[in-house]
Amino acid sequence: MLASLPRSPFLRFAYAAYVALFFVYMALPLAVVAVFAFNDSQFPGLPWEGFTLDWFIGAEQPRLGLINDRRIVAGFFNSAFVAFWVTGLSLTVATTTAFLFDRHDFRFKEFAYLMMLAPLVIPGVILGISILVFSSTLAEAVNSVTGYEISALRPGLFLVILGQFSFITTIATLVIAARLRRFDRTLEEAALNLGATPAVVFWTITLPWLRPALFGAGIVAFLISFENFNTTLILNGSNAPLTVTMFDRMREGSTPVLNAVSVTLMVGSGLLGLLGILVQGRGQKP
Amino acid sequence: MREGKLVFWLLFAPFAAWIALLIVIPHIDMLILSLREKVAPRVYETGFRNYADFAATWVYPWTLLRTVVFSIIATGLTFLIGFPVAYYIAKIAQGRTKAALFMLCLLPFWVSEIVRVFGWMLLLRETGLISNALQGLGLTSGPVELLYNDAAILIGLVYTSMLFMIVPLISTIDGMDDALVEAGYDLGGNGWTVMTRIVIPYAMPGIIAGSIVVFMLALGNYLTPTLLGGKSGQWFTAQIYAQFITRFNWELGSAFGFILLATSSALVWLLLRLSGQSLSNTLGR
Repeated sequence: MLASLPRSPFLRFAYAAYVALFFVYMALPLAVVAVFAFNDSQFPGLPWEGFTLDWFIGAEQPRLGLINDRRIVAGFFNSAFVAFWVTGLSLTVATTTAFLFDRHDFRFKEFAYLMMLAPLVIPGVILGISILVFSSTLAEAVNSVTGYEISALRPGLFLVILGQFSFITTIATLVIAARLRRFDRTLEEAALNLGATPAVVFWTITLPWLRPALFGAGIVAFLISFENFNTTLILNGSNAPLTVTMFDRMREGSTPVLNAVSVTLMVGSGLLGLLGILVQGRGQKP
Repeated sequence: MREGKLVFWLLFAPFAAWIALLIVIPHIDMLILSLREKVAPRVYETGFRNYADFAATWVYPWTLLRTVVFSIIATGLTFLIGFPVAYYIAKIAQGRTKAALFMLCLLPFWVSEIVRVFGWMLLLRETGLISNALQGLGLTSGPVELLYNDAAILIGLVYTSMLFMIVPLISTIDGMDDALVEAGYDLGGNGWTVMTRIVIPYAMPGIIAGSIVVFMLALGNYLTPTLLGGKSGQWFTAQIYAQFITRFNWELGSAFGFILLATSSALVWLLLRLSGQSLSNTLGR
């Protein structure tokens, strides 16, 4: 089956209809969540009681809008804080790791590459509990030797950052390494021949070539961090990030404020994603 | 050459710190903890009691088996539903339509999994949209509860991991030369033989990459089974969370973690062996 090969109109139609149905399946849950964020009702569902923005900007109970809901606002800032650090740290380590595997040969390189991929095939829960166990061991050891209590090693945002970093770095490395592999090394050699120092070559030639991949990987890292739940739930302390706050709310029984938060997230991550594609797309052109 | 050595160590150090401190050592520590038995307050011995406890309580192995079987079914369904769509986008749609369809596939996944699960809750619950629609059409006399059953878990799992199947499929099928398909037809193949003997073998690295990721996501999932499944729909990850968060039995929880890790690694290895692929040429491309 190819677009260029003749096919019966019936088959062609049936296939297109299947694909259309698939996209309805993809869009339906999100559309439902979005629509009921604007329903003037205590309950996210039918019947439709009319349009309202109360679930975004409502000032008091029982119609507390998300911008006045302190737990949700706090969750949002916690998530943004975590995502900021995870993005910065994972981009740094992913860049050095991509260069390590692209430019250097060393003993056990294949084994090291498999270890680099390993975080992708370890379930997020297990990454979470292993880091929790190890940090507690460390904290106990420090405590029994010096008497100090290192609160950063107890469940909290610092551990959440480390937990997310541990697997997001692999994804970022793959994105950056893919672009580095297509880099024409003769450009660097030419610049060196013309008298540039290695540092100047890196800043003026190699890094600009990598910029779209760095940007793309940064956006992906930020989004994955912001959305993460499994690893976050286990390492989270008293300052809950947004996904954990939403999960708690959902089990308490939901009001449309959750729909409003969801719409905000959709718009935010949609814009970030679009930005990422624009940058990537520009980088793809010769 | 000494400068080259320095650059190498500067690049190697962050990588080694990352993998050693956050992956290897924590897992070793978890293994040690899982082998620790509490015999009296603050007195511990080393042994396999936590693993024996796992095997002796029927609900634990049963939950693990259930989780594995459901994850395999979810992976298979994701492939069956996603493959025709991926093929359509890669080979049949042209130009702008192709780019637009590809974008549409990515869109739902920029939103948090919790939002996607919430959407299915609003659709499937007793007072939800589908129940209301069925009543409106006169197909049922009263509200129907479609949430809190195994089918709801599967719908949620397939939905939530679709992207990770479709994207690798599109990228491998897109790289296939159309001439291969044309040659298949010229040599007398029909649609089915061309598909099973040319397209699918060609797309195998993508199929395996997608299957591994979808399987791992399903196996390690917690949100979807917890929120869409009923009380009987326990997932193995929920047992791990319970041991760690509510029961404070970290020793048993670590043993569970290792059992899940061993199970998933064994199954991924089996999948790679059966399909003749390797981790580097599927996930690491």
